[in-house]
Amino acid sequence: MVLNIGPQHPSTHGVLRLEVTTDGEIVSKITPHLGYLHRCFEKHAENVTYEQVIPFTDRCDYLASMNSNFGYVVAMEDLMEIEVSERVQYIRVIMAELNRIASHLLALGVYGLDIGAFTPFLYMLRDRERILDMFEYTCGARLLYNYMWIGGVSHDLPKDFEKICIEFLDYFEPQIDEYNNLLTYNKIFIERTADVGIIPADIAISYGVSGPNLRGSGVSWDVRKDEPYSIYDRFEFDIPTGTGEFGTLGDCFDRYWVRMLEISQSAKIIRQALKDLPGGDVFETMPKKIRPPKGSIYRRTESPRGDLGYYIMSDGTPSPTRVKMRSPAFTALSCLDEVSSGWMISDVLAILGSLDIVLGEIDR
Amino acid sequence: MTVDFLIDLFSKFIDIPIVAFLLAVTIAGIPLFVLMALNATIAVYVERKVSAFMMDRIGPMGQGPGLHAGKWGVLQTIADALKLLIKEDTVPASADKLLFKMAPFIIFIGAFLGIAALPFSSVLQVVDFNVGVFYIIAVASVGVIGIVMAGWASNNKWSLYGAMRSAAQIISYEIPAGLSIIVPIMMAGTMNLQSLIEFQTGSVWGILPNWIIFNNPFSFLAFFIFFISAVAETNRTPFDIPEAESELVAGWMTEYSGFRWAVFFLSEYANMFVVSGLAATAFLGGWQSPIPGFFNSPLWGLFWFLGKIIFLIFVMMWFRWTFPRLRVDQLMHVCWKVFIPIAMLNIFGVGIWKLIIG
Repeated sequence: MVLNIGPQHPSTHGVLRLEVTTDGEIVSKITPHLGYLHRCFEKHAENVTYEQVIPFTDRCDYLASMNSNFGYVVAMEDLMEIEVSERVQYIRVIMAELNRIASHLLALGVYGLDIGAFTPFLYMLRDRERILDMFEYTCGARLLYNYMWIGGVSHDLPKDFEKICIEFLDYFEPQIDEYNNLLTYNKIFIERTADVGIIPADIAISYGVSGPNLRGSGVSWDVRKDEPYSIYDRFEFDIPTGTGEFGTLGDCFDRYWVRMLEISQSAKIIRQALKDLPGGDVFETMPKKIRPPKGSIYRRTESPRGDLGYYIMSDGTPSPTRVKMRSPAFTALSCLDEVSSGWMISDVLAILGSLDIVLGEIDR
Repeated sequence: MTVDFLIDLFSKFIDIPIVAFLLAVTIAGIPLFVLMALNATIAVYVERKVSAFMMDRIGPMGQGPGLHAGKWGVLQTIADALKLLIKEDTVPASADKLLFKMAPFIIFIGAFLGIAALPFSSVLQVVDFNVGVFYIIAVASVGVIGIVMAGWASNNKWSLYGAMRSAAQIISYEIPAGLSIIVPIMMAGTMNLQSLIEFQTGSVWGILPNWIIFNNPFSFLAFFIFFISAVAETNRTPFDIPEAESELVAGWMTEYSGFRWAVFFLSEYANMFVVSGLAATAFLGGWQSPIPGFFNSPLWGLFWFLGKIIFLIFVMMWFRWTFPRLRVDQLMHVCWKVFIPIAMLNIFGVGIWKLIIG
């Protein structure tokens, strides 16, 4: 039987259509059909100025807009060879890590929802809300920030931001235990996720899977650590990897668990960054006119979903010749067929949820 | 107040037996229907509030009467029911029209028949069967016919998956439920619900009420097997795979809208009421008071019986908002490889216990 999961379905995480060939409950083949959310990001980028590309990057990975911005501005600054001020660097790291926590919270909560647990989802959304409030306080937007600009950020941090942020972290870190007690160590949750949808390390690497999905397979690869950009080399943090705690290495539980551990690592980074946050002006190094020299650049950053790469080609005019975004969610989705053939329909949705895809970023 | 009493009463005044019978049945049936509707209305409201408090929300909070759904949102369910009543009743073009329209009523009948046999108190019971336990277990499985009918007639793949899962699940879980309810039957030596409750009079060790659940370790275990199987039979989380929202959209009720869907909802809550009632009767002393010897008048009996049912329904809600959902094969694994062997050992154990201790 051929079953169409999506584009309108509660757990396809956006407008994704999966054409699933099944034999009873067992799935034999999955063909993802993409493009329902295609908004011509790359073509649009060729017709606007370099600054105007940034709001488009927001709309790609709409759950981690700060990280999308971050990748683009890092690439642009390297292309233009400008040094950004210390304060901007720290603010960017704080914002990117806060957004990573927010994005992971949503991923974990929605994953619980895919498995059938409603309550953890709302608990995590409640805490994500406080992060969004902090973003709103800083730049006025809750979801699509357009916060990081080339050479600076759009707004300086509010005066009491540090206090609010520390208060949030003090409140938030004990909450992780609550999530674990409620969802992670639940016997049914472990039964549903452990030993399901195993992505072995070699398959993950050959498909170009990255981020928490790759680390869940036991490969310790994190752009923040292995190819440090911005000021990530100044912070102490660990790269959690999957250990196959309740099942096989690389199963759904490992991917889930890596995200859960990354949340506390991000909190650790934010604490360090807040401690060292220097003063200064956030608009100091902003170029008046953005005309990068001829040439091209590829830079990758670690978004909550993995290696987010930007290829930018410039011909010296105020608008780019080509902007290409390497989407980590796209590569994660590409291995879905290989990973989930032979599992049941319920497992396919558990595997899809564990890959944490964002359709805005896949379709661009 | 059994229906037999009413028939006798009316026969004295009305000469035509069939008229007396119909009158008696209608008079006995209308309160049951009202009870079902009330149960669903209150349970939906409570479910929303319970889930809201568990999820750190506040739930429906309309203020004032009318459109604003009452203080604390108490009128929310009524507003929703009215909305469902006036919604368009869509029938898919490719559906089997007759079966599609019939399915909600079959499910409703299954739930309605069950309530008829529940002993609300020592005098308040519509029909006092001498095989009450057997009857409730039997009519509880009528609903599955309606579910399969709904799933098949919808001509929708999600509905079909839901219906097939549901049929497999309900039929499987009837076995451990049936096997574990044999334990109280063995101990009391009767299938009559009233005699089963009367057997539970008195107290054990002077403090605990002499309910079957406290009688011996086997019956203690049997209660949990029965209750979990009952949760599975009513398709509640963690066993809600037939309507698994994140997998099958809405399972067998995907194509239903408006009042037909509301009937499904009503029946789900009525089913919860019936299985909780059976669990309360067979294991928790029915209308017996939890303090042995006190508050045992028929009116208090009604209070205790409804209280026990409400508690068990609350536990089901608690399950729903705490647990993730099992997978189909895990569900079957739990049933066939865990519950059925334990339930069988239970029967054996209770037999030995009765032989040795009495």
